[in-house]
Amino acid sequence: MLPELGNFALILAMSIALAQGIIPLVGAARGMPGWIAFGRTAAWTQFLFLVVSFGILTHAFVINDFSVAYVANNSNSALPLGYRISAVWGGHEGSLLLWVMLMGAWSAAVALFSKRLPPEMVARVLAVMGLVSVGFLAFVIFTSNPFDRYYPAPADGRDLNPLLQDIGLILHPPMLYMGYVGFSVAFAFAIAALLGGKLDAAWARWSRPWTIVAWVFLTLGISLGSWWAYYELGWGGWWFWDPVENASFLPWLTGTALMHSLAVSEKRSTFKSWTVLLAIFAFSLCLLGTFLVRSGVLTSVHAFASDPTRGVFVLMLLAIVVGVSLAIYAWRAPQVKSAGNFALLSRETFLLGNNVLLVVATATILLGTIYPLILDALDLGKISVGPPYFNAVFIPLMIPLIIALGIGPLSRWKQDEFPRLVRLLRGALLGSLVLGALIPWLLFDSLEPMVILGTALSLWLLFTVLLDWFHRGRHKASRWKGMLGQPLGFYGMALAHLGVAITAIGITYSSYYSLEKDLRMAPGDELELGGYLFRFEGVQSNHGPNYTATEGVISVSRDGRPVDTLHTQKRIYTVQQMPMTEAGIDPGLFRDLYVALGEPLGDGGWAVRIYYKPYVRWIWLGSLFMALGGILAASDRRYRLMARRKAEKGVGAKLVTQES
Amino acid sequence: MKTRYLIPLLVFLLLVGLFMVGLGLDPREVPSPLIDKPAPAFSLPDLHDESRTVGTEDLKKHKVSLFNVWASWCAACLQEHPLLVELAREGVVPIYGLNYKDKRPDALNWLKRLGDPYTASAFDEKGRVGIDWGVYGVPETFVVDSKGVIRYKQIGPITEEAWRETILPLIERIRAEEG
Repeated sequence: MLPELGNFALILAMSIALAQGIIPLVGAARGMPGWIAFGRTAAWTQFLFLVVSFGILTHAFVINDFSVAYVANNSNSALPLGYRISAVWGGHEGSLLLWVMLMGAWSAAVALFSKRLPPEMVARVLAVMGLVSVGFLAFVIFTSNPFDRYYPAPADGRDLNPLLQDIGLILHPPMLYMGYVGFSVAFAFAIAALLGGKLDAAWARWSRPWTIVAWVFLTLGISLGSWWAYYELGWGGWWFWDPVENASFLPWLTGTALMHSLAVSEKRSTFKSWTVLLAIFAFSLCLLGTFLVRSGVLTSVHAFASDPTRGVFVLMLLAIVVGVSLAIYAWRAPQVKSAGNFALLSRETFLLGNNVLLVVATATILLGTIYPLILDALDLGKISVGPPYFNAVFIPLMIPLIIALGIGPLSRWKQDEFPRLVRLLRGALLGSLVLGALIPWLLFDSLEPMVILGTALSLWLLFTVLLDWFHRGRHKASRWKGMLGQPLGFYGMALAHLGVAITAIGITYSSYYSLEKDLRMAPGDELELGGYLFRFEGVQSNHGPNYTATEGVISVSRDGRPVDTLHTQKRIYTVQQMPMTEAGIDPGLFRDLYVALGEPLGDGGWAVRIYYKPYVRWIWLGSLFMALGGILAASDRRYRLMARRKAEKGVGAKLVTQES
Repeated sequence: MKTRYLIPLLVFLLLVGLFMVGLGLDPREVPSPLIDKPAPAFSLPDLHDESRTVGTEDLKKHKVSLFNVWASWCAACLQEHPLLVELAREGVVPIYGLNYKDKRPDALNWLKRLGDPYTASAFDEKGRVGIDWGVYGVPETFVVDSKGVIRYKQIGPITEEAWRETILPLIERIRAEEG
């Protein structure tokens, strides 16, 4: 009975979403206050029904109701409770339910935090979000209903894919989806502004915090996925340029461009039609990612069960949402007037450079991702595009991006002088070049050109961020007071930019100085790697609630002192009979020691893989800095003060000029 | 309306067209070089009875037969198994199995639990025959005619759709050809 209620709640949510998509839009066009106000009520009610529906599915997992087909396919009575709950979004149907619920949550959040926005604007934003929700709810209800029943009910379930039985993958999808769906807010703001014909600085200011929050979630989601791949897949890699990873990376790159472009639109009232286009692109790429993952048009390690009817449905959804919004863009954007002029050397130019580089990076990765599909569609053969292509096109784009990233915040809006910038930055440039060569030489006794470049670029970021901070305190009576009194937005930017430096160091050092060894080890065998002595103590048997494991024990010592004892398991999950490797990792800020147990080789010997990975953790540490920076930037008090500023418009304008 | 604002829409529509074509294609469908070639000869011990053998000669005894690669450790095999059992029950077409990289007791147990649709299963413990046949995943199913020629290869489980629209018509065609 309950699952039917869940289904019913889902259908109600879709009806409400449809009303939310139409009534406020008509109201805004005709100026009918009652119809305009309906958007908020609808958003709340829709979210409520989605929570009910999601709650009922969760309940079915908790009580092991295997008469629900989705539960039977993705859970098992031996599965621990925590994983039973996370299994709610472990498969296709449930993860889409999570998607629509989060979409409802964002709509409700917009309804809640938009008290000070013009009612017509809110109505249009909520209507656009409602229409997108209708599409996804129809997708869930008609092609991927999680409440379908099995009759008779099977005695037990087929278990959750063992790969997903892990904390990293419990958190990864909700974070990623929050990011994906969050970009629908920026998208809805853009469409609403196009429809309303008011593409002004206020629009950019309202979109900014929402975009930043969505970006933060996406950043965390992607890095959780990468971290999970690193410790769970058992081969120590953290990024594979797999189509599904690319699908999440594309909106991230575009979203990053959007955040920066919004800043220009807000402060200088220029780049506006470009910013709108980016907002449309960012969300379109989220939808495209969904299409690529769910339709099975590309082969991927994330092989979700794919189904052609679903593929057709998502493609139609994609075509309608993106097609209509690009048509609206083609219709309305020509009327947008960009106000500000700027000189060739100005902060606008650096931000434009940022945008161009990020968009080109997006385009090249998109091309690489769908290239096999294009060739196949044109009957030109079957190929796959691998990491060499992506590394070859992506890294050269990131180098000028980082250089510009250092200069941008220190440059002036509208016009700057070359000699001033040179004077300001020459110390930082010299310092990063010298130390960039010195540090890798001291740390690794190596003078690899790419490593020097990576180190120098990271130091360049560090020095320019510090310089910017120092420089900002110059007009205050006391420099310290000035430096500490900066708005949160500045600290957010500084932290996020430092995050880029930290990630760059992590990527450079871990790719150039990792050591790895595949070997046969029998109990008592030893190996020296990266200054550590690994001793294979032997294997023991072990078991968990739903798996049996063979556990290899490896003790690590350095200069005779014990460092850690690592346990690496080869698990067989009993229901699906699927073998899984659990790596044993000794984490550290400056190096990870990583061991993974392979196959038994007879005579007590085992295939063992041992890695020494310097600075690998910095990759994710950097993304934490970026996310934290985003949170700070989004909580800047000027976003909360914007209503007051709007009231005193003259003052607002003056503030902007002072900031330049 | 200025035309340059239409560019994003046009590019997007082009992409949608490509995706539309792409949806009809299967990226996993790698053309097998073995299609319309004689099946690689083999002779392996029978899964149920070590003293007997199963081989290419058995396949040639029938006008047309299925040669299905399976294993007890393979999750996707569970998915297609009911269909195979049904086909065997109705006597639609003889099905030979290649039990691939498996352990004999596990395999026998699996069949006992889920039903045995196979006329006979060859026991390919080391996967040597699998290599000859170009197997790179389990399950895979080959349609073989009476001359021992491979006419079709299904990668992954036989779906209802693949059975209805591809495999069954092919079987009927081969039967008609052989008269």
